[in-house]
Amino acid sequence: MRSDRGQSAPLGLKVAAACGLLFLHLPILLIFVYAFTTEEKSFVWPPPGLTTQWFAVTWNRPDVWQALSLSVRVATFSTAIALVLGTLCSAAVSRTKFFGRETISLLVILPIALPGIITGIALRSAFALTDIPFSFWTIVLGHATFCVVVVYNNAVARFRRTSGSMIEASMDLGADGFQTFRHVVLPNIATALLAGGMLAFALSFDEVIVTTFTAGQQQTLPIWMLEELIRPRQRPVTNVVAMVVMLVTLLPILAAYYLTRDGDQIAGSGK
Amino acid sequence: MPRAAAPAILPGSGGLRGALSDLFWRKPKVLLLLMLLPPLLWLGVVYIGSLFALLAQSFFSIDEYSGLINREFTLKTYGDLFQAANLDIILRTVTMAALVTLASAIVALPIAYYAARYARGRWKALFYLGIMLPLWSSYLVKICAWKLILAKEGILTWLLGKLHLQWLLDAWLSLPVVGGNSLSVSFTGTFIVFVYVWLPFMILPVQAALERVPGNLVEASSDLGASPGQTFRNVLFPLALPGIVAGSIFTFSLTLGDYIIPQIIGTSRLFIGQAVYAQQGTAGNIPLAAAFTVVPIIIMGFYLWGAKRMGAFDAL
Repeated sequence: MRSDRGQSAPLGLKVAAACGLLFLHLPILLIFVYAFTTEEKSFVWPPPGLTTQWFAVTWNRPDVWQALSLSVRVATFSTAIALVLGTLCSAAVSRTKFFGRETISLLVILPIALPGIITGIALRSAFALTDIPFSFWTIVLGHATFCVVVVYNNAVARFRRTSGSMIEASMDLGADGFQTFRHVVLPNIATALLAGGMLAFALSFDEVIVTTFTAGQQQTLPIWMLEELIRPRQRPVTNVVAMVVMLVTLLPILAAYYLTRDGDQIAGSGK
Repeated sequence: MPRAAAPAILPGSGGLRGALSDLFWRKPKVLLLLMLLPPLLWLGVVYIGSLFALLAQSFFSIDEYSGLINREFTLKTYGDLFQAANLDIILRTVTMAALVTLASAIVALPIAYYAARYARGRWKALFYLGIMLPLWSSYLVKICAWKLILAKEGILTWLLGKLHLQWLLDAWLSLPVVGGNSLSVSFTGTFIVFVYVWLPFMILPVQAALERVPGNLVEASSDLGASPGQTFRNVLFPLALPGIVAGSIFTFSLTLGDYIIPQIIGTSRLFIGQAVYAQQGTAGNIPLAAAFTVVPIIIMGFYLWGAKRMGAFDAL
């Protein structure tokens, strides 16, 4: 009865899967250790000593605060724009069939399907051709373009599960289109939008490749980190910032997971 | 006492809001158009417009003496791509992308298979988060972590020292192409970090493909006397293949375009992304940078076409 033993995984598979997961997680945990090291100049392992002084040093660095503030503002605006565009697009695509519908879903996915460097340099060359100077808004423009896809993916998945007859029932009962949207459609898609919005925020907060092409002299937090990685000043400060960035992006991801876990998938990622 | 029956058709709700609402109900196309207009304007004009601006510039050329851009259409810049140095860059990037894709598939398979077939309930959620968290955690932080691991004085050297395997690392580093001063300035390092960063993009579609394989198919295979290896080769692998191809779209495309990883962890020999960045920045040669970006676009065009024919899009 060979088939009876199929319920528990073979040892080799267990080990391989466990090693794979460890490979995915151990490096990230390391950052947390290095944020506490007393060694300033190099990457010595094991750390010669542990200290919390780098948190205080980081706290007192105005350049970190400036970069953080820019990142938060950019992510907020990009998320807001992505929410509006993504919701409109997903509502149109999921409710009706029309000519060019496939093209539109491709169009939304394209900014993340193509490598980020293409989006970045395309925007930069367009700014150069049209004499648009680099500013806060050129960064937002780039980020919003690829954030649309996460809102779109989450909203489309929810629209597909929402029955159209509810909207018809609402109209039959005398509600106008706006009332139906406010009282029927919106409550149904709210958590999907919230999840999409949080993912978009995390995506924008972390984005570096497109930003290097659209930012000019300004530094978002990832750009600041990139500078520090190439020309380090105080390595532990970079690790403290890295830890903060991790926490700021992971919390929305976890929240988005709990909001959409029954049925929807958190799709649409990439650089 | 007969009451007046309610009119079969209610009067319009009146006001601008009512009028609009009625209009949208009667003419859904108007509503559709209004809904599509903002996203189409944004993505169509801003994004596709920029792509075309980029494409157009790849047909310009740069004047070698003045460094000014000559805005006349020519194929000269594309000719420059075929210079030995540039061809080298393209070949190196494509080879790396292929190797990274292959390695990702090998590492991803057991994780995806375990998650799809054996993980249940709470473990399933744990596996899912265990793949999603690294996928979504900060790209730069991940590279930063690997710098700490691969650096000469870093954790890997320490670990190998403890295991008395330092000679193995030294032997590997003394090899011509893959080696270097330390792992953090070698192609081996670049390769490991690429695999690490893109791995979740491979696991998810493979897991999705394997989840559709009914368990009794595997049981039937072993009942009929196949060894686990034969079952894998003849049953599981062919069914997982569309998922692998779907995942490879990401691993391949992302490696083709990335320039941060080889810049931070790698040698001075360039990848396509770095060449693009250098050409548009320090060299000021936007046409050549644009022509370089057309390379991954074309490669990915063929890749997507091939993947679609293999049915990989259903596994996405």
